[in-house]
Amino acid sequence: MELIIKNGIVYDPLNGVKGEAMDIYVKDGKIVEKADGSKAQVIDATNMLVLPGGVDMHTHFAGPKVNLARMLRPEDHYKDPQRKRGVRRCGTGYSIPSVFTTGYWYAEMGFTLAFEAANPPLKMMHVQDELNDTPLIDKGAYPVFGNNWYVMESLSKGKIEECAAYIAWVLSAIKGYAIKVVDPGSVEEWKWGKGQIGDMDKQVENFGITPKEIVRGLAKVAKLLNLPHHLHIHTNMLGNPGNSEVTLETMKAVKDLVTNGELLIHMAHLQFHSYGGKEKDWNSFRSGSEEIMKYINKNPYVSFDMGQIAFTDTTTMTADGPFEYNLYEITKNKWMNADIEFETGSGIVPIEYKRDNFVHSIMWAVGLELALLSKDLWRVALSTDHPNGAPLTFYPRVISWLMSKKARERVLKLIPSSARSKTLLGSIDREFNFEEIAIITRASPAKLLGLKEKGHLGIGADADIAIYDINPKALDPERDYRKIRKAFRFAKYTIKDGKIVYKDNEIIEHFIAKTYWVNPHIREDLYNYINSELERNFDKYYTVKISNYKIPEGYLVKSKRIDIITKL
Amino acid sequence: MKEYRDILCPVCGCLCDDIEVNVENNSIVKVQNACAMGASKFLNFSKERLKNPLMRKNGELVPCSLNEAIDHISRALVKAEFPVIYGFALSSCEAIKVGIELAEEIGAVIDNQTTVCHGPGVQGLQDIGQVSCTLGEVKHRADLIIYWGSNPQDAHPRHFERYSLLPEGRFRGGKKDRKLVVVDVRKTATARMADFYIRIEQGKDFELISALRALLRFEDIEQEQVAGIPKEKVEELAEMMRSCEYGVIFFGQGLTQTIGKDRNGDNLFALVRDLNKFTKFLVMPIRGHYNVTGSNEVLTWQTGFPFGVDLSKGYPWYNPGDTTVVDIFRRGENDLTLVVGSDPLAHLPRRATMHILEHPLFTIDPSMSLTAMASNVVIPSAFYGLEAEGTAYRMDGVALPLKKIVEPPEGILPDEEILRRILEKVKEIRGK
Repeated sequence: MELIIKNGIVYDPLNGVKGEAMDIYVKDGKIVEKADGSKAQVIDATNMLVLPGGVDMHTHFAGPKVNLARMLRPEDHYKDPQRKRGVRRCGTGYSIPSVFTTGYWYAEMGFTLAFEAANPPLKMMHVQDELNDTPLIDKGAYPVFGNNWYVMESLSKGKIEECAAYIAWVLSAIKGYAIKVVDPGSVEEWKWGKGQIGDMDKQVENFGITPKEIVRGLAKVAKLLNLPHHLHIHTNMLGNPGNSEVTLETMKAVKDLVTNGELLIHMAHLQFHSYGGKEKDWNSFRSGSEEIMKYINKNPYVSFDMGQIAFTDTTTMTADGPFEYNLYEITKNKWMNADIEFETGSGIVPIEYKRDNFVHSIMWAVGLELALLSKDLWRVALSTDHPNGAPLTFYPRVISWLMSKKARERVLKLIPSSARSKTLLGSIDREFNFEEIAIITRASPAKLLGLKEKGHLGIGADADIAIYDINPKALDPERDYRKIRKAFRFAKYTIKDGKIVYKDNEIIEHFIAKTYWVNPHIREDLYNYINSELERNFDKYYTVKISNYKIPEGYLVKSKRIDIITKL
Repeated sequence: MKEYRDILCPVCGCLCDDIEVNVENNSIVKVQNACAMGASKFLNFSKERLKNPLMRKNGELVPCSLNEAIDHISRALVKAEFPVIYGFALSSCEAIKVGIELAEEIGAVIDNQTTVCHGPGVQGLQDIGQVSCTLGEVKHRADLIIYWGSNPQDAHPRHFERYSLLPEGRFRGGKKDRKLVVVDVRKTATARMADFYIRIEQGKDFELISALRALLRFEDIEQEQVAGIPKEKVEELAEMMRSCEYGVIFFGQGLTQTIGKDRNGDNLFALVRDLNKFTKFLVMPIRGHYNVTGSNEVLTWQTGFPFGVDLSKGYPWYNPGDTTVVDIFRRGENDLTLVVGSDPLAHLPRRATMHILEHPLFTIDPSMSLTAMASNVVIPSAFYGLEAEGTAYRMDGVALPLKKIVEPPEGILPDEEILRRILEKVKEIRGK
């Protein structure tokens, strides 16, 4: 099938295209130089904004904890029923949408790729089940390793290669994409009922290793394995006053591992980790974005996604079990916990972020400050840590806040003055232009994920394209931020793999797109060693057999395997 | 002879995955590692089974062709105004997906066995939240194990051995390092193994849980007895729970299907939540059929709700007591029932079953059942985990692969394929 998108105003930062009117040609799911005009379908995009398909590099939309959250909250679904219409299957929202609805909402916003951010390897078959059912987007999943017994034990003995081989084995066995670390060390201790570890040099009970050593070890592993995405880390002390110190310490802990100016760690949902003040003293809570961004701007080995919050009723969910217990203690809302043997934990607590809440309103400002203070947007990705900060449907609102000082000021006026004085946001004049938005929602996350065929519209790229019904040349985002919101929430057209899947408020195709995973090739002797170690000990570690833990490639509806030559 | 290892046992929610099976001439000749329930299914499943689709003609169930059966069911489904699709705890997740699509297509209510077993526990989860874990966590850490209104020695025979009391974990050496408490109305096989047995008065679970919660708040109990148990014993239990290092409660239908129902669930989950102020404490339902958990999971990720989902409005709606099958049947609202691998006439309250019989009733099941006998059309299906592969979820939500080890009899299809053919036929009829 061929497609010509005519005369759209294109922003394609990876190829240096900055709002030029041009035609884009699509053939067989790829962007091509020229298509045969007689056979091709033509979309007239005159005076419309044309961008590569959106890329969400940190979101929780599929898998065991997401589904537990869905089960926990019928009230969340009651307020947002989604009707069956044509090929569009029914479902429910609001903050934890059902799988079909998730895919449709991404498509409506012009997003075509999303990575599920925290997954227990033991329950990866569940993750794959839901990914297999999520339509219209390419996707992948990051398994968690920061509290894994094998990882902690091999690292504590200094056996980096063994640890790397183990992770290579797991990623390939369960079809994961990157290494995720969540609250290293703390989750293991939480399994004995202990709280988050704030001291990066404290030894994790029973394992003789510190959180700092886990982070360093896994950063080395990611390098050894040549993974397309660097270490993805949710650092210690999420959500606590004064946690920016731990965040800085985490980043500094791996600095000496940089050899060639490469990216080394990705700080997930950085907003939740950038608070000033004193530990446990909520009155001292303030924005810590300035210190954090000063460091990140100077150190090109760090990337991050925002983790922006919005004022709404949403659902927090994370592998960070001890944090969720704290949040339950603070909010007294419903609380779920699901610890996973050998590997990790997880927790869920619903939350309503309120504009008149001192802490919440500072959190809101912090997320925006991080992005606005960045001097290198190629290391920044837009996220709300869906649904932790806000449901994914709030991305257009976040875009409008970044593009319009006026939109920000409207909110700033409404938050408590005591909170306003603890933030920098009021003093920041920066407003993102369309190119910068294209970077943080497309080009940068695709680049950070190491996906060359994504996030741009150059020849050979996947034909994932979003067309929005706004004219960037005629619109003043500062004043017309509401139009921005509307346009980015409901694209005019969304094109996935060269097919128009969404057009004028209608989902017109329902199909399952690719699932990305990595297959790191390691030395045969090392592979055999790990395999025999695991076969020998698996019954001790787990309650399932090793053969039933592995997921065959055929289990994925549309597998996209990335073979990697590692340094092992 | 073919030898298979690491086979899943398609019987109870334990979903043991270490079964070894020998197959000769397409028949299972030897089973190892399975419990009596499991071994019996592996060895005998094919002995009493349906071999032909059946259709009622002149009051008699007589053999018919599969196409005839599918055509009849599909036409009735299209005509029905408020059909109910019920079952799926013995199907694969893949089959459940097709069932949901069919329900959506015709605007049916879709419900699973949760509605008559652990539904009240799920409602408790929705009210309070559930502090839980995978079974391996219990194996590695638990030093206090409580079975409440559940009797795994009879119903989940390998639960002790694989997951709770007996296995050697990283931090516990087996039975010697653990304490077993059983709360039940009678001294069951499980209770006979207990270090501490509490005979609770029938229907007084809520009272006992409330007393335990009060004791955890350091309040005094004024009565001499709680739920028929001397106050001292209740205090002892509370202290045991508070002072353990890692406790877990496995609850069964003795809690969820007694007086109080979902309120028992609420209170139990609140008790466990409160215990986490003092120590690590978790709770888990001990689920019955091998994939009843999977039927909740799939329904939840596709519609947002775990059971009793009404799709007649064009969007999913869930209101236990309203959209759940027992209540729909009891009120006589449905005008068609399609049963997939279940026997509601044998299990549901009599008043509910009476209304089922007033309208067309169709059954997809590998074997003859009371419901099948009363049906208008019966389609025999293959046994998942034996004759067909698919995915199932263990009681703690770990997804595992059901395998195909023997060929089903000729012409016998798995639920997934039967439902897909019905769905296609329904679409075809509606398209005209």
